Amino acid sequence: MATEIQYPDPAARLAAGAASPAADELPDMHGEKMVLNMGPSHPATHGVLRMVLELDGEIITKATPEVGYLHRGDEKIAENMTYTQFIPYTDRLDYLAPLANNVAYALAVEKLMGLEQALPPRCRYIRVICCELARVSAHLLGLGSFAMDVGALTVFLFTFTEREKIYNLIEALTGARLTTSYTRIGGLSRDLPPGWVGQCRQFLEEVVRNIDETEQLLSRNRIFVDRTREVGVISREAAIDFGLTGPNLRGSGVEHDLRKEHPYLVYDQLEFDVPVGSVGDCYDRYLVRIEEMRQSVRILRQCLEKIPGGADNAAGEPIDIPDGKTVLPSKHKVLTSMEELIHQFMLVTEGVNAPPGEVYFGAENPKGELGFYINSRGGGTPYRMKIRSPSFVNLSILSHLMPGHMVSDTVAIFGSLDFVMGECDR
Amino acid sequence: MSPVELAQKLKVRFGNLISEPKEFRGEITVELSDADVLAEVCAFAKTDLGFDFLVDITSIDNYGEDPRWTLVYHLYGLGHHGALRLKTAVSEELSEVLTVTGVWRTAEWHEREIFDMMGIRFRGHPDLRRILMWEGYPHYPLRKDFPLAGKPTEAPEIAFTEGAPEEGGPFVTVAGGKDAMSREPRARVPESAPADLSTGLEAKETPKQPETPGVETKEFI
Repeated sequence: MATEIQYPDPAARLAAGAASPAADELPDMHGEKMVLNMGPSHPATHGVLRMVLELDGEIITKATPEVGYLHRGDEKIAENMTYTQFIPYTDRLDYLAPLANNVAYALAVEKLMGLEQALPPRCRYIRVICCELARVSAHLLGLGSFAMDVGALTVFLFTFTEREKIYNLIEALTGARLTTSYTRIGGLSRDLPPGWVGQCRQFLEEVVRNIDETEQLLSRNRIFVDRTREVGVISREAAIDFGLTGPNLRGSGVEHDLRKEHPYLVYDQLEFDVPVGSVGDCYDRYLVRIEEMRQSVRILRQCLEKIPGGADNAAGEPIDIPDGKTVLPSKHKVLTSMEELIHQFMLVTEGVNAPPGEVYFGAENPKGELGFYINSRGGGTPYRMKIRSPSFVNLSILSHLMPGHMVSDTVAIFGSLDFVMGECDR
Repeated sequence: MSPVELAQKLKVRFGNLISEPKEFRGEITVELSDADVLAEVCAFAKTDLGFDFLVDITSIDNYGEDPRWTLVYHLYGLGHHGALRLKTAVSEELSEVLTVTGVWRTAEWHEREIFDMMGIRFRGHPDLRRILMWEGYPHYPLRKDFPLAGKPTEAPEIAFTEGAPEEGGPFVTVAGGKDAMSREPRARVPESAPADLSTGLEAKETPKQPETPGVETKEFI
């Protein structure tokens, strides 16, 4: 047994080493293996993930993840409605960062329609603000629950206080806290409300202090370090082989960030760094997320500074593609002008007029690369839409990663992989 | 090296099996005419062309056409930052293709998902089981002849015996109908579905769409 399993976890290595000499003399000491069902409703699985663990004592010898408990058939649903109607469904993918999903989906459809260059600059900046706010929010939750699972409840309370402020900002911006549905194909549902930029700046001041405090609570915390360092080590090769993306890939030392490599929106005009880990253990993934939040704050500050039209948009910078055929025209024009009335009617009944063709667009979301592959045969409905969800792919490494760890390491590994089942199961 | 050049290299190696690279919205697509050499092509793309990262695998149901299935592979190279889309067709009679799990291990779950949703089998896959639906579920939900509202079965222990709890599911948009009811029926029963297998919704009979002159009525499915 000892030959076929690597023991990445020091405690497990120790336990196995102590047991093996005795095993030759006393075969009875190795009993039957036990199968432990973890989940689907377990606090550490962050949703409905089920793990079937095969245990030898306290050491995992085989792990089989079972997903699909939250499957709603989003891809099937997408084939049956117009592009605009699907936007609310994207809120429910990674429900910890709905704004980022909205933006990724809108960009995918716009790519299909060839509208990438037509997006007004103000819209691009607001979308970047959305993405980065969502990233901070998702990482705060991810870190909070990660720390709570390995025994540090205080961090959870700290990060949730900050997250609440983000939710208030999102509520002021979109009208909803969770189901934002903020983007439209070719624009946004509304402009920044008055005073929002000031509130956002105030929040950025507070969140950097909070991130520092969180780091002080964890980075040199003996219990946290013992439970995460050298636990769940993903090698660079394995991370690439299993298609990991986002902080999990970067934690293993691969410098791959779509915002840098294929900049969309205005990421090429903003300064930020991409943090990478060196070992690829749970602790590295934690450090990468902490630093990503700081970089997001940096991006947000630049955006609030550079946004065309300024805070109140007195100059009336457009936030929608102004051709009148992509985004719904203003109600006043619909009621007074024939042309706009026709566009409104066509957009509502048939949807945007997408050409035949196929595109794949991947966005760097908090959890990794969220990709939409759209196969269109023309018209307002996709013929086939595939959602490449980062959590689904990130979870596929579990059966490779788990064996050789102690049962208690599972919660640390789950926490550090930071997955969302709504996105995994779609 | 740009993706077009990489695609040309693939074409040099495999000759007529690889189609001329097509570009749409800055993305390069090549089609492979013989699915039997798929694993070989993928292995070559990984080792010789630097496509070390498999982003995604997707399947498309070209219902009513032959061959029925299209498999879509999205390759990416972390070294050269180039992306390539590789497509291949599989007939309905065969519904089987070689696995690429030996090339990229991430393919394991993608292939399981395609098997689960479309019913295409992957020869040589180490663990080809359903992944999103449960073991024993009798249908393949992403096929175009599977109705949005779901299908009832005679096996109560493995699947619903009547329409899904929210019967009819979300709204379906059918452009060009004369009123809201015909534009957005609660469900669409595909013409091809046998009556006994459909959802039991035919009693409600969605109104036939009138051929409105000037408004193009779209054929779905």
